[in-house]
Amino acid sequence: MFVLVVGGGKVGYYLTKELIESGHEVALMEKDRGRAEQIRDEIGSVVIGQDGCEGKYLQEAGANRADIVAAVTGDDEDNLVICQMAKHHFAVRRTIARVNNPKNEALFRHLGVDEIISPTRMILGSIEQDIPVHELLHLAALGVGELEIIEAHLQPGSPAIGRVALDLAVPAGCSLFGVIRKGLPTPLRLDTILEEDDKVIAIGRPDCEAALRDQLIGEFAEA
Amino acid sequence: MKAVIVGCGRVGAGLADELDRAGWQVLIIDRVSAAFDRLPSTFRGTALRGDGTDEDTLRRAGAEGADLFLALTEGDNRNIMSAQLGIEALGARSTMAKCNDPVRAEAYAHLGIATICRTNLMTTAILEHLGQAAPAHAGIYAPAQHHAHTGGDAHVIAGQVVGIRPAGAAGITTTTEA
Repeated sequence: MFVLVVGGGKVGYYLTKELIESGHEVALMEKDRGRAEQIRDEIGSVVIGQDGCEGKYLQEAGANRADIVAAVTGDDEDNLVICQMAKHHFAVRRTIARVNNPKNEALFRHLGVDEIISPTRMILGSIEQDIPVHELLHLAALGVGELEIIEAHLQPGSPAIGRVALDLAVPAGCSLFGVIRKGLPTPLRLDTILEEDDKVIAIGRPDCEAALRDQLIGEFAEA
Repeated sequence: MKAVIVGCGRVGAGLADELDRAGWQVLIIDRVSAAFDRLPSTFRGTALRGDGTDEDTLRRAGAEGADLFLALTEGDNRNIMSAQLGIEALGARSTMAKCNDPVRAEAYAHLGIATICRTNLMTTAILEHLGQAAPAHAGIYAPAQHHAHTGGDAHVIAGQVVGIRPAGAAGITTTTEA
């Protein structure tokens, strides 16, 4: 299998090394001559010190016979163009792009990139897993009197689901003031009934938290 | 008529001024606010600092549904990505990307983006000025195909020197549908 890697940063460097070790034919393109020379000393003549965005150099690197092109530079626009040129100009069967801005994933997919790797998204996913969903989330501290803005995300099993928000036994020194429902902020009205997946926003003193947790999170509080 | 221009260099600023004078609603975006010094004090449009390859930035700037979307920064790839965002995500009716690499300029015309190639324009202009035979390079590449959803009728051949692609004939062909 012939893999053309474009971008000789850390990702491209280790990727190329691993591919060589597993017996693949590899070429690595890096436009910075100094960097290209540095890694050529280490991994040999597969390193090409040319810009992989330029059609001429892609051709010279053998893009037209590559089975896979992996665009792993630090710039999303470069990775997009490398993959599109590979796919449409050199008829490469499979293209892989590194995407730094997670918002570009959908666009790249739509524009024909076969596989999208988003390190930002992966790390974000890991972090989000660590945030307990069955907890109150502190959104911000207010400068006056130790007040804070707290969010409670109503999970299945929350005792607040199905109840009128303003009927909840909220402790003194605390006030519910809004609900984010399906991404839309809505004020609490006299008849607002809380639903699963609602995010209830409250302002209160830290000592109200236990009561708020009982009312909004329920039995999961200790989970 | 609404125009979005990404890149406030000499060409971008000059076009912004001209379109503004001609009565267009102009939005110009650049990553460096100092670039807006190139705009004349009479400019009535909107100048916004931001990244023209960032969909959120473009949306917040109100770049949706433009009649004309010009990507004129110094980076070929930034222009190509920006123009494709313009067509695919922001519904621009007509778009053009500056692309100084002739190979990329022609390749993207085949994919449906009008490109303008300064390398070819200047080579041809200088050779003509010198009275030398100029190669038949196109300076502006018209898109060779249309977006699957628009079904335009003005089919043009890539490599022909033409004007900015007509409204409604925009788009690129993708291998996957959104």
